[in-house]
Amino acid sequence: MMRPGKCRTRRWSWIGALIAMVLVAEAWAPAISAAQTAQPIRIGLGMALTGGLAANGKPALMSMQIWAEDVNKKGGLLGRKVELVYYDDQTKPATVPGIYTKLLDVDKVDFVVSGYGTNLIAPAMPIVMERGLVFMGLFGLANNEKFKYHGYFQIMPAGPNPAVDWSQGFFEIAAKQTPKPTTVALVGADAEYPHNALAGAREQVKRFGLKIVYDSTYPPATVDYTPIARAIKATNPDIVFVASYPPDSVGMVLAAHEVGLTPKLFGGGMVGLQFAAFMTKLGPKLNGLVNYDFWVPEPTLKFPGIEEFLRKYQAKAKEAGVDPLGHYLPPWAYAYVQVLGQAIEATKSLDQKKVMEHIRTNTFDTIVGKVQFGPNGEWATSRVLQIQFQNVTGTDIEQFMKPGKRVVLYPAQWKSGALIYPYAKAKP
Amino acid sequence: MFSVDLLLNAIIAGILLGGFYAAVSLGISVAFGLLDVVNIAHPVFVILGSYAAYAMNTSLGLDPIVAGLLFTPVFFALGVAVYRIYYNSFEKKGEESLRGLVFFFGILFIVEVVLLLQYGVDYRLVEAAYIGESVHIGPVGIAFRLLVPCLVGMGLTLALYLFLSKTFYGRAIQAVAQDSLALRLMGANPIRIKTLAFGLAIATASLAGALLIMIGPVEPSMNREYIGRVFAIAVLGGLGNIGGTFVAALILGVVESLTSTFYGPSWALAVSFGVLLLTLAVRPAGLFGR
Amino acid sequence: MQRRVFLASMLAVVVLGALVTRVIQNQYYYFAAYVILQYVVLATAWNILGGYTGYVNFGSAAFFALGAYTSVVLIKAAAAPLVVLVVAGGLVSGLLGLGIGYLTLRLRGVFFAIATLALAVVLQTMFINWEYVGGARGIYIIRPKTVPFFTSYVEFLFAVMVVLAVVAVTVAWWIENSRVGRGLAAIRDNEEAAECMGVPTLKLKLVATTVSGVLMGVAGAPFPYYVTYVEPSSAFNLDYAVNSLAMPMIGGTTTWAGPVLGAVLLGTAQQVATVTISSALNLLIVGIILVAFVILAPEGIIGLVRRVTKGKRG
Repeated sequence: MMRPGKCRTRRWSWIGALIAMVLVAEAWAPAISAAQTAQPIRIGLGMALTGGLAANGKPALMSMQIWAEDVNKKGGLLGRKVELVYYDDQTKPATVPGIYTKLLDVDKVDFVVSGYGTNLIAPAMPIVMERGLVFMGLFGLANNEKFKYHGYFQIMPAGPNPAVDWSQGFFEIAAKQTPKPTTVALVGADAEYPHNALAGAREQVKRFGLKIVYDSTYPPATVDYTPIARAIKATNPDIVFVASYPPDSVGMVLAAHEVGLTPKLFGGGMVGLQFAAFMTKLGPKLNGLVNYDFWVPEPTLKFPGIEEFLRKYQAKAKEAGVDPLGHYLPPWAYAYVQVLGQAIEATKSLDQKKVMEHIRTNTFDTIVGKVQFGPNGEWATSRVLQIQFQNVTGTDIEQFMKPGKRVVLYPAQWKSGALIYPYAKAKP
Repeated sequence: MFSVDLLLNAIIAGILLGGFYAAVSLGISVAFGLLDVVNIAHPVFVILGSYAAYAMNTSLGLDPIVAGLLFTPVFFALGVAVYRIYYNSFEKKGEESLRGLVFFFGILFIVEVVLLLQYGVDYRLVEAAYIGESVHIGPVGIAFRLLVPCLVGMGLTLALYLFLSKTFYGRAIQAVAQDSLALRLMGANPIRIKTLAFGLAIATASLAGALLIMIGPVEPSMNREYIGRVFAIAVLGGLGNIGGTFVAALILGVVESLTSTFYGPSWALAVSFGVLLLTLAVRPAGLFGR
Repeated sequence: MQRRVFLASMLAVVVLGALVTRVIQNQYYYFAAYVILQYVVLATAWNILGGYTGYVNFGSAAFFALGAYTSVVLIKAAAAPLVVLVVAGGLVSGLLGLGIGYLTLRLRGVFFAIATLALAVVLQTMFINWEYVGGARGIYIIRPKTVPFFTSYVEFLFAVMVVLAVVAVTVAWWIENSRVGRGLAAIRDNEEAAECMGVPTLKLKLVATTVSGVLMGVAGAPFPYYVTYVEPSSAFNLDYAVNSLAMPMIGGTTTWAGPVLGAVLLGTAQQVATVTISSALNLLIVGIILVAFVILAPEGIIGLVRRVTKGKRG
C-alpha cells in the first residue's frame, strides 16, 4: 500500500512542478508587457442591485459592463484596460456616503460615476464636490439645482430645467388639438420623482392657460386605484396627467379601463410602461396612451451602435432575468460611461479638471445620439420624447422590438407618426 | 365633487378591497389570535404565494386562483415545518414572545431574499381573461380584478369559520386558545392541534398571494407594506375572531376607499392606521374582542 | 462593574475617539464608523424600553426620523448649529416617547408593538405631505464646509456620534444599576405583581419610553448632515426598526453591553458586506444570523459567554 502511494506522490509532484512553471510563466507574461498595459483604469460606483430600484439598477450595471467589454476589446482607454468597481447601495441613500468614500479612499479608483436615481445620487454629491471630481449622473432629476457643481453631468435628456421640461411635450401636444382641451387632472405617487413631475406639470398648466380640476397624490402602497380613477372621472377632465412608478402605473391603467375613464389625452409621466414585463401584460390596454420615453425603436432614433448594443444586452438579459427589451435605462447607462471614456481618450489624461473641462465644452457621439451638456450639467436641450402606444395587439414581446407600436410624437425633430386623438379613438 | 354615485362606488370599491384584505389577514388572525404566535412573516408567505401563482401562470397558463388552491397543501406543509422549529426553539422553553418575534423577522428576510435570488427584482404580473374587465350595474362599476379576490376572501372566511366552529379539529383549535391543559386532559395533543392550525394559517397565504398578484404587480420586498395592514385588521377584528376579522377588513377597505375618493388618496393609509391607533387606545381588545 | 471603572472606560472611549481623528485621514472609516455608532445609540435606546421593560417598539424609525426632521426644520429656519439640533431632536422625540408612554396604560405586549408600527406609518404620511421639509420630494442639506478643530465635517460628525454613543451607554448603565432599572425589570417580569408590590409602574414606564425616545431622536439629529439629502422613505427606513431590535437580540437584552456588542458586530458585518458581497446574499446573511442566534443563543452573545464561563467554573 505504501509504495504505490509514494510513487503516485512523486508523479504528482512532477505534474505540480509543471503547473507551477506554467503559472510562473503566466505571471511573468503581463509583467513583460506591463510597459504598455500597466494598471487598469478603475471606475467606481454604487448601484441599486437590491431593493426598490434594483429592477433598473441591475440592467444598468450590465450595460456598463458591456461598455467595459467593448472598450477593452478595442484595447482599452489610453492603452489601459477599464475595470468597474461597484458596490450594492441596496437602494438606501444612507449607504451611499460610505460606498463612495470607500471607492475613493480605500480602493483609490480613478473616476466615480453615480448610481441610478435621484435619491442615490444626492448623498454622493458633497463627497465628489469636496474633492473636485468629475461626476457622471444616471437619471437624477434636478440633483444639481442647489449645488450648481460644474463637474456634474447627467445623462437623462430631461433638459436644462428638468422638472418643467419633463411634461413640456405632453402639454404642447395637448395645446395643438382643436378644440383646445381646457381642463386637467393631475395625479401621482407620494415619492420624489412624481412630486417633481407634478410640480413641473402645474407650471405647464399655467403656461398653456389650462384649468386644474383634480390635483392629488396617493401613497406608493396603495392597493386599489379604482376609487382614484373614479374621483378623477367625476371631475370630467380633458387631460389626465399621471406621474407614477411601475406598480401604480399598472394600477392606474387597469383602473382607468375598469371605471371607463376616457379623457382626450391620458398619460404623461408614467414610469414602468417602458418595460417589457408591463407592456406585454397590459397589451392592447395601452393603446392610445401618450407617455414620456427616452428611446424607442423608431426609424428616427436609429443612432449608430444602439442596435449592436441592444443585441448584446438582450442576449445577456435572458440569463440575468432582467428586462428583456432594455429600451429604457440600459442605453443611457452605456452612454454615460461612454461619454466619460471619450473624454479620457480625447484629453489623453486622467486629470479630473481636464476631463471635466472637455465634457463641459464638447459634444459626444453616443449610442443615444449626440450629447451636449449645458451649464448646470443637464442636457443643453431637452429630449424627453412623448410617444403614443398604437396598434398594440395581443401580448407578445416581439412587437415591441419593431417600430410602429410606440410612435414618437414629440419633439418634432424625432417625430415618427401622428397622434390619434382623442384617446378613446385609439382604443380597440 | 361629492355625488351619490361616487359615494356608492367608493363604498363598493371599499368592500371589494376589504374582502381581499380579509383573505390576507385571516392567517394572522388564526396564528396570532388563536395560537399567540406573532407571525410577522405572514405577508412574506403571501408574496411567496403570489410567486407560486406567477410560476404556474406563466409556465402552464393556469388561472391564478387554481394555482393558489393547488399550492395550499405545499404551504400547509411549510407552515407545519416552521411551527415545528418555532415550537422546539421557543414555545417549549416558554420564551416565545420577544425571541419568536425576531425569529419571524429572520424568516421574513430569508424568504424575501430567496425570492430575490430566484426571480430577481422585477415586478411580476399574471394573465387571466378577466383582468382589466368590469361589469356595470346601474351607476356602480365593479372590476373583476377586485371582485374575484373579494369573493374568494369571503369564501375563505366562511370556510374557516365553519371549520373552526363545526368540526372536531376546529373546535380543538379554539379550545387550545382558551385552555390547553383542559384539552390535554381530554386526550388531545395540544401541540398537534396547534401545528395543524398554524399549517392552516400559512395555507391561506397561498390563496391570498394568488389574489394579490391578480390585483397588481408583485415584487419580493412588497410584503413589508402589508405587515402593518394585516396586523391592524387582525387586532381591529378582535384577535382570533374570524367574523370580526372579516368585518374589520371591510371597515379598513371602506375607510381607505372613502378617504382616497373624497379627501385625497395620500392620507388613505394614514387614516386607516389612525383608526387602528384610536381603537387600540379606546378598546384594545378590538371591535369584536373576546 | 464598578462605577469608577465604567466611567473611566467611557471617558477613555471619548479620548480614543478624539485621538483617532488626529491619526486617520481616510474618510471612509469615519462614514462607516458613524453608521455603526449610530446603531449603538439606537440599539441602546431600544433596549431601555424593549430589554429592560419588556415593551417592544417596532417604530424606532419614527423616533429616528423625527429627530432627523427636527434638524431639517431648524437648519432651514434658523441654520442652527449641530449641538442645538441634537438637543432639539432629543426633546421632540422624547415628547413622542412620553406620548407612547401613556399608551402603555392600555396597551401591553404585542398590542403595544403594533401601535408603534402604526405610529410610524401615520408620522411618515405627515412628513410626506409637509412641503416645508421637502415632502416626498426630499430636501437637500448642505454640509458646512469647515468646522473648527477638525479637518473635515465628517470627522466632526464621527466625534459627535462617539460622544452620543457614550452618553447613551452611560444612561443605560445608570438605569440598569439604579432603582429605576430594578423597577423596570419588575415590570418586565410581571407588571401586575409589580403594581401590587407598590412599584410606581406608570411613572417608570414613562421614564423608559421618554428616555428611549430622547436617545433615538438624538441618534437621528445629525443624520441630515450625514446623508445630505433627506426624504421620508430613507429617514423612515425599516432598517432602523429592524436593526435597533435585532442588535440587542443578538448581543443580549439584559445588560447595557448587549446592545453595544450587537450593534458593533451586526453593524460592522453589514458595513463589510456592503462593500464585499454586493448582492442580495447580504440580506440573506443577516436573516440567517438572526434566526441562528435566536434559536441557538437565546440570551444573546452576553448570555452565551456567561453560560460558557459559568460552565467552566462549575
